[in-house]
Order: sequence, then structure tokens, then C-alpha cells
Amino acid sequence: MTSARQISSAKYTKATLVYIVCGLLALGMVMPFIWSVLTSLKPDNEIFQLPIKWLPSRITFEHYIKAFTTVPFGLYFWNSFYLALMGVLFNLFLGSLSGYAFAKFHFKGKEVYFRILLAAMMIPGIVTMIPTFFVLNHFPLLGGNNVLGDGGFGLLNSYWAVILPGASGPFAVFFMRQFFVSLPNDMLEMARIEGSGEFRIFWRIYLPLTKPALATLGIFTFQAGWNSFLWPLIVLNDPSKKTIQMGLQAFSYNHKVQYGPMMAAAFVAILPILILFLYLQKYFVQGIAFSGVKG
Amino acid sequence: MQGKLGRHQSNMAFVFITPTMLLFAVFTLIPIVMSLYFSFTNYDVLSRIEFIGLDNYKRMLNDHVLWVTFRNVFIYTLIYVPFNLAISLSLALLLNRPRRGVGVFRTLYYIPTLTSGVAAATVWLWLLNPEYGLINQLLSYAGVTGPAWLATTDTALISVIMVILWQTVGSNMIIYSAGLQGIPDYLYESARLDGAGAFACFRYITLPSLKPTTFFVSTMTIIGALQLFDQPYVLTQGGPANATRTVVYNIYQSGFNELQMGYASAQAFLLAAIILIFAFINMRLNKEGSMI
Repeated sequence: MTSARQISSAKYTKATLVYIVCGLLALGMVMPFIWSVLTSLKPDNEIFQLPIKWLPSRITFEHYIKAFTTVPFGLYFWNSFYLALMGVLFNLFLGSLSGYAFAKFHFKGKEVYFRILLAAMMIPGIVTMIPTFFVLNHFPLLGGNNVLGDGGFGLLNSYWAVILPGASGPFAVFFMRQFFVSLPNDMLEMARIEGSGEFRIFWRIYLPLTKPALATLGIFTFQAGWNSFLWPLIVLNDPSKKTIQMGLQAFSYNHKVQYGPMMAAAFVAILPILILFLYLQKYFVQGIAFSGVKG
Repeated sequence: MQGKLGRHQSNMAFVFITPTMLLFAVFTLIPIVMSLYFSFTNYDVLSRIEFIGLDNYKRMLNDHVLWVTFRNVFIYTLIYVPFNLAISLSLALLLNRPRRGVGVFRTLYYIPTLTSGVAAATVWLWLLNPEYGLINQLLSYAGVTGPAWLATTDTALISVIMVILWQTVGSNMIIYSAGLQGIPDYLYESARLDGAGAFACFRYITLPSLKPTTFFVSTMTIIGALQLFDQPYVLTQGGPANATRTVVYNIYQSGFNELQMGYASAQAFLLAAIILIFAFINMRLNKEGSMI
């Protein structure tokens, strides 16, 4: 009896300890966000006040206004949104189209093609960076180029320079294939007997069944597109086409001591993904867990 | 009849995969070959491309800054990757028991991974401010005078590592959590019947069972780590005195600011080769571990 009580009390102590550790860690993880949001809402003199003042004496949105009027963040926001959304649409469509083919059709070289795609996931992106720039620059008949791809800028400085190279990532194909493989084949046989076309079977019967997978893949592609920095920095020189990450970097570089507007801009750059996450949390977690299981 | 149907399906399959395979050929396969070719040329966007043999590679040997950047990313990778794995696994273990509130903690640990490298670095630029930054202010409560984190050569790289650890451990934590869920309970139960303690269970059941997860996570983390760019670009612009300048930063500078694309291609090729070597060593380490 006593020993049972001792054990339960030891368990209780352990649980409390775990909660304290978890709580402290959680505080550490979210503190940077809280602090930056608080900073963005404080009047300037309270930002630079020592010892630190945690809560603003009055909430002000002047830093948000400042950030949006010094730099066209609204435009950058929209550009990033457009690029991320196009990335999602292309990857969902092309990824599921070819993922479906790899899962449900029999054709010559299927294994080889699929293995090559898989292997490509391991290739460091840095190797293809410069040649991809070259390919975009010399795209025939576009952007002032002649048939041989000379004379103009090709697709550089256009949104296509960001959209096309990532339009059908190997991960999207692999991810969708795994889902189609898990779906039974009998619907396919039935529909074929009834004389439905192959695209129709894919589009009307199988694709709707993968909605959760599409949601997960869509969220990930959106996050990757929204957060990407180096590639847009390389191919988009036109100031009106800049992305929000480029704008944020330029702002923090050019306005080094304006921490209020800087934190406001950073918060705006994080916000869309944060909202997406709060609404669609389970899809995020499923997606990452999946990427680990495949290993 | 069967053959005809089969051929129709096979044709449709090619229609389905053609867009993906075309994009893959144009933006991945061909560029890999071109990259190797460019590394032997003087490609600079403006003038004619000429073959210059091994000149770019010879030039790399004497490029002092380039070797500094390689040293930086090696140090970064050797510190960042083990810490990342250890922390994310610890967090996953901490939250593995089905306790109340575990989901909330997991969410909170995951939130930093939602931010972009640029946004995370921007936020930390302020937190690490030597005078008014939160970190040094908190340290001063404990009577410690914090350093000028990003402006001192001794602390700049460590600061970058800490920022990126904060930003990335959450996603590997989720992967490890999924791995932990996959370990069957009976293994632990029978071990406990045999008198195994908590540490023995961890050492002989948890770790070996997580081998595939660790292999995947470490490979991906290494590949990413050696291509570090965004965070130091925002936090320090590679400074002070090149202490946080990375190889990709160097390639970006050579290729797109100085337009020495041939030379940049050679650097990129070297980096890719080194990444493959690291990935290979990692593979061997994981294999050997499983034999113990």
C-alpha cells in the first residue's frame, strides 16, 4: 500500500517536472515571436528603453504604416502570394498527374524513370543554379530571344523564371504516387469497362479521393514558395516583381536601426503561413511525418 | 485486344508524365551536365563561352576566401547537425508519452519552422542587438554582460547556428515523433520484464528502431546545412571578416555579382561533390552503428 503510494507520488513529481521543462522550452521557442510583435506595437522611445519595458504603454501601428510606406510591401506581398499560389497549382496538377501514372499504369521504363526522379531529390540545388539561369536566359523565342535563344533576356525577370523550374518537383510526384498506390484498382477496371477515358478516370474518380494528400502537398508547396529567397533574388531584378522575402531582406539591410518597422515587416512576412498553420495544423504534421517515413 | 488496350494505356501514361519529365530534363538533368561543362569555361554571360580547361579549378586552390567559406560551413555542419538531431529527438521523447497538453507543446515547438530564413534572421537581428536586444538584457539580469553576438568573429557563427537550430528543430522533432510512434510497445514490455531500465530501453530499443529515421533526417539536414545561405546573408552579410561567409554566398557573389559564372560553376561542383562525400560518410556511420 505504502509502496504503491510512493510510486504514484514519484510519478506525480516526474509529471510535474516534465511539464515545467516543456513549459520553459515552449516559452523559449515562442519568445522571439512575442518579443518582435511587442516591439512592432511599441512607440519608438519604448523600444530603446533600458531596462526593457515588456508591454507597450500604448499600442501603435505607426511601424506598420512606416514599413508599408517606405517600401511597397503590399506589392511584394501580392507578388509572393501569386508565385506561391502558382507553385501550388502547378505542383498539385503535374505532381498528381505523373504520380497517378507511376501508380496505376504499366509502361516501359516506369521503374527507371521513377528511380531517376527519386535520386534527383538528393541532388544539391546549388549544382543546377547557374545552368538553370543560363537555360532561362536563353529560352528560344521568348523575352526578345531568337530561335537559337540569343539576343534577349529570355524568361529572366519574369514570374515564369520562378514558377517553371519548380513546377513539378520530384517530391510532389513521389508524394502523390504513394497516395494513388494505396487506392484500390477495381474502380479503375470498372470505369474502363464502362468506357471512360483515362484522363476522366484520373480527374473524376481518383483525384477527388486524394483531397487530404492534395491539401498537405499544397500547404507545403505554398510554404516553400512563400519562404524561398535565393532563387527569386537571382532571377527577379525588376523592383516591381520583388518578393516579400527580398523586400524584408532589403529593408533590414537599408534601415538597420529601425527595429520597429523591421519587426512589423517580419511579422507581416510570417503571418500568412502562421494563419495557414493555425487552420490546417493536422495537414502540416501529416506531411512532415510522411517525409520521414519514406526514408 | 489486350495488347492494343495495353498500348493505349502505355501511351496515356507517357502523356501523363511528359510535362514532369520535360521540366525535369530542362531544369535538372541538362543543367547538371551543363554545370560540369561550365566549370571548364570562362562563361561570364557577356562574352563568348570559351573552354579554358582546368583553370577554374587551379584558381580555386589559391582562392583564400573560398577556403575560409568551406571551413565555415564545415564547422557549421559539424556543430549544427549533431545538435539538431539531439535536440529534435529529445523534444520528441519528451512529448512521446500521451500526457495532457502534449499537442499544445508540440505545436509551440513547431511554430518557428513556419518562418522563412529571412524573417527568422530579421527577428533575431533585433533579439541579438548588443545594447537593446532581449538576449543581452536577459543575460544582464543574471549579471552577465552579453557579447556583440553578430559583430564579433568568435560569436558570429555560433549565433547563426543558434538561430537556425531554433528555427529548424521543430520539423525534425515531428519526424522523430512519427518514428517513435512506429516502435511497437511489446518490445519495451518484454525488455522491462527482463529487467531493463529506462536507459537500456533507449539504448537498445529506441535508438536502433529509429535508425531509418535518423538516417533520413541526418542526410537531409547535412545536404541543407552545407548549402547554408539565407540566415547569414541577412544576419551578418557573411561578416565580420568573413567569419560567417558560406560557400553558397561565395558562389552567389562570383556568379551573379561578378558574373564569373564559369568559376562559380566550378565552386558549385566542388561543393556538390563534398555534399555527396558527407552524405556517404553519414551512410557508413549509420550502417556501422547498426552492427553494434
